[in-house]
Amino acid sequence: MTSTAFLQYCLTGISIGGIYALIAIGYTMVYGILRLINFAHGDIFMMAAYFMIFAMVDFALPWYVSIILVLTATVVLGVVIEKVAYKPLRSAPRMSIMISAIGVSYLLQNLATYLFSALPKGYPTIAFLTKTIRIGTLSTSVVTFITPILTLAFVFILIQLINHTKMGMAMRAVSKDFETSQLMGIKINRVISFTFVIGCFLAAVGSILYFTPRPSVYPLAGSLPGLKCFIAAVFGGIGSIPGAVLGGFLIGLSETFIKAAGYSEFSDVFTFILLIVVLLFKPTGLFGEKITEKV
Amino acid sequence: MTEKKKSQLSILFSVIALIGIAIVLFCVNRFTPPTFMLRTVLQLGAIYALVAVSMNLLNGFTGLFSLGQAGFMAVGAYTFAIFTIPVSSRPGVYYLYGVADWLKNIHLPILAGLLAAGLVAAVLAALIGAPVLRLKSDYFAIATLGFAEIVRIIVGSTPMNRVTNGSLGLKMIPKFPNFYFPFLISGICILIIALLLRSSYGRAFKAIREDEIAAEAMGINLAKHKQMSFIISSFFAGIGGALMGMFLGAITSTTFNITLTYNILLIVVIGGMGSMTGSIISAFLVIAAREWWLRFLDQSTYIGSFHVPLLKTGFRMVVFSIILMIVVLFFRKGIMGMKEFNWNFILNRLDKKDPAASAGGEGNE
Amino acid sequence: MSNTVLSVQDVTMQFGGVVAVNNLSLEVHEGEIVSLIGPNGAGKTTAFNVITGVYAPTNGAVDFHGKQIICNHPKGKMDKLYAGENKGKYKKTLEPTPDKITKLGIARTFQNIRLFKELTVLENVLIAKHMRMKANIFTDTFLLSWKEEKQMKEDALELLRILDLYDVRNEIASSLPYGKQRHLEIARALATDPSLLLLDEPAAGLNPQETDELTAFIKRVRDQFHLTVFMIEHHMNLVMDISDRIYVIDFGKLIASGTPNEIQNNQKVIDAYLGVAEDD
Repeated sequence: MTSTAFLQYCLTGISIGGIYALIAIGYTMVYGILRLINFAHGDIFMMAAYFMIFAMVDFALPWYVSIILVLTATVVLGVVIEKVAYKPLRSAPRMSIMISAIGVSYLLQNLATYLFSALPKGYPTIAFLTKTIRIGTLSTSVVTFITPILTLAFVFILIQLINHTKMGMAMRAVSKDFETSQLMGIKINRVISFTFVIGCFLAAVGSILYFTPRPSVYPLAGSLPGLKCFIAAVFGGIGSIPGAVLGGFLIGLSETFIKAAGYSEFSDVFTFILLIVVLLFKPTGLFGEKITEKV
Repeated sequence: MTEKKKSQLSILFSVIALIGIAIVLFCVNRFTPPTFMLRTVLQLGAIYALVAVSMNLLNGFTGLFSLGQAGFMAVGAYTFAIFTIPVSSRPGVYYLYGVADWLKNIHLPILAGLLAAGLVAAVLAALIGAPVLRLKSDYFAIATLGFAEIVRIIVGSTPMNRVTNGSLGLKMIPKFPNFYFPFLISGICILIIALLLRSSYGRAFKAIREDEIAAEAMGINLAKHKQMSFIISSFFAGIGGALMGMFLGAITSTTFNITLTYNILLIVVIGGMGSMTGSIISAFLVIAAREWWLRFLDQSTYIGSFHVPLLKTGFRMVVFSIILMIVVLFFRKGIMGMKEFNWNFILNRLDKKDPAASAGGEGNE
Repeated sequence: MSNTVLSVQDVTMQFGGVVAVNNLSLEVHEGEIVSLIGPNGAGKTTAFNVITGVYAPTNGAVDFHGKQIICNHPKGKMDKLYAGENKGKYKKTLEPTPDKITKLGIARTFQNIRLFKELTVLENVLIAKHMRMKANIFTDTFLLSWKEEKQMKEDALELLRILDLYDVRNEIASSLPYGKQRHLEIARALATDPSLLLLDEPAAGLNPQETDELTAFIKRVRDQFHLTVFMIEHHMNLVMDISDRIYVIDFGKLIASGTPNEIQNNQKVIDAYLGVAEDD
């Protein structure tokens, strides 16, 4: 491998890793607060892609309006899902709410198939994002280049938000102890809604960045990236935002290099094996906290 | 009525019901054309009933939330197909890559193939069970899901070309030898699971579901019992997968994707987590609704010149998912909750004069 | 003095930097009813959890009928963090899981009742008998060991009859009144065929009348099943009425031991505990 090729792969890996990181944050935050694997998160990411097609292809809106629309619609979708499918089950056993999440995922996939057909649909081109630029000997598209930068910027803002605002403090409290923070007068439903807003916003950003360099969207397009991002979150230690980001970059990079080495069919196997190995040897991930059951 | 008399009557009713089912199946076989939808629904329903019961054994009775069912079904279906596709048709099936040499002349009869399907799935479960079962609830779910994906990817990958025919999948899988075959196999398997669940080991599984810590304090070896439940569930999932292969006649690795696991989970949830009879009833209902009763939702329809809105390809599955969400949100216990179907509701009616004896649980709730 | 059933030796249980049980040593003799008391958070339940194998102690050992069943010493990270005493006295590592301990003959109940809620009273007791079963999963599934099953069921019903739970045998455990649930928890523990019974706050949440019933119940059980009883309890009436000997711990450390009379007059105990517990 020449050094140019190596750098090229690094850039691709970091870029896809950045997208994984954005989605993984959604998983990790929801898990941190509700102890729920939001199986529908990958499908929300897929729906965001369809919203983009709607806005830019069906309504021929300019890209900047479309992006705002997509972000809003995705956030609304996420919050509605939380209110309808998760909120009524707050006192139910954890298994029930997990099943509900699986049900939502199933519903979104079927809904997408119904509304947009199972056939892949072309993703619109956002001209300035797909432009090719050259950095030294590397040539790449703008989107590949700005993805990691955007990711890090969002993560920075998010961490500021969590560490320095009242809402952030409430979120930290709820993730430490759901019931006690409720007793302390924290409006739990607002915190949860806010968590979904952030998670879905980042998923929508991730969706735009992910699908821009790809030709098409189909109803199951979100399920595999969704799973990988969940793995990224587990790897970093579920509940931890820096962990999710690190996990995302790591999975993006290793996946890219495995593909580069000519084992593309096994890149997903590697990711899943990574998951199982992490769960077995360090179930709390890199930065996770240990929870023990009281007897 | 004494308890003894009650149980005798229950057995009598059950025998009558079984004979009734046998007569219905016989009539369906005799008097309906081979392409009739009911035949397909019943056969597929029987297969799903088995897979759902096997999943329920793990998820509903032992409290281990597994999402690996499709993986074990894939293992079973492929094992069965690899060993039972007639030697003469193999060149046709493996036309692109050829058959691996060791496999060339191994051929198993159908029943042996089914057993092999179950055994291979069970062995695999034994191998991954020891480490994976240490994980807690949702981590276990995600690990089994990951495992199922690994199985699926490996089965469809190029290095496996000469065994599984890679991404092309396998066809010419032997069909059911007769109409009754899936009912018989499925029935026997479900009966075995039912016997297991009424045994002391079955009770130990339920204890683990109810409270792991208390179960362990009562001397139940958690690791061992979870492992047993996992292996047995996978064994029957393997057989279920093989039956699915026979039903379809052709399989590829995508036949066994996550959606299949979700479908089975939904059957289990609708039937009631922790109720075998619930799973069975739900399997037939769900399959009938999905493959038959709700088919019309997928066709655009005109009443006179009025175009009925919404109806087009895919609407059926949307309606289906909404029904499912309604069950999950509002009828969390499903059709049967944790109860099993029994004849008490009839027996108690016969027995109204003696209120003391009618204290048992009702069947339908 | 009669045989020693349980002997806890220098047990220290440290979580991170917190020492929950500090160098605890005590003995329980055959046929005794011994109580372990102490203010909330003194480490009583932790001590129970060590004896029953839920936690492996950081340091120390436990003997049962003269045979060592648990033994540990600080390892890994704990080696540096360890703040207790007697470091280096214990070399072996013996950390059986709770089910192994139960099999040896130590049964327990839980502070916050942990019945198998959705199962019937009879099933709860049958589950406790499962570990003594000789049949394997195949013979049991295919009804080849029906004789053993029948015997098991008869024994369970007999036990329920003795403990006045026979009438509710087919009720769902969670539908029983609270007091009865406590009795069932004890019945379930007895079904494991123990020689030592550990009761973790058996009277918690009971009204005075139920407490009196329980006192009689425990005494009866001890005599009828030739048991040794070791319990944690807060109800002083119950403790003083029933105990042969009492151990008092505070902040994880043993501060006193003796007969109810001695404990009632022990200044240290009054300071640490009884004075505070007046409002109980």
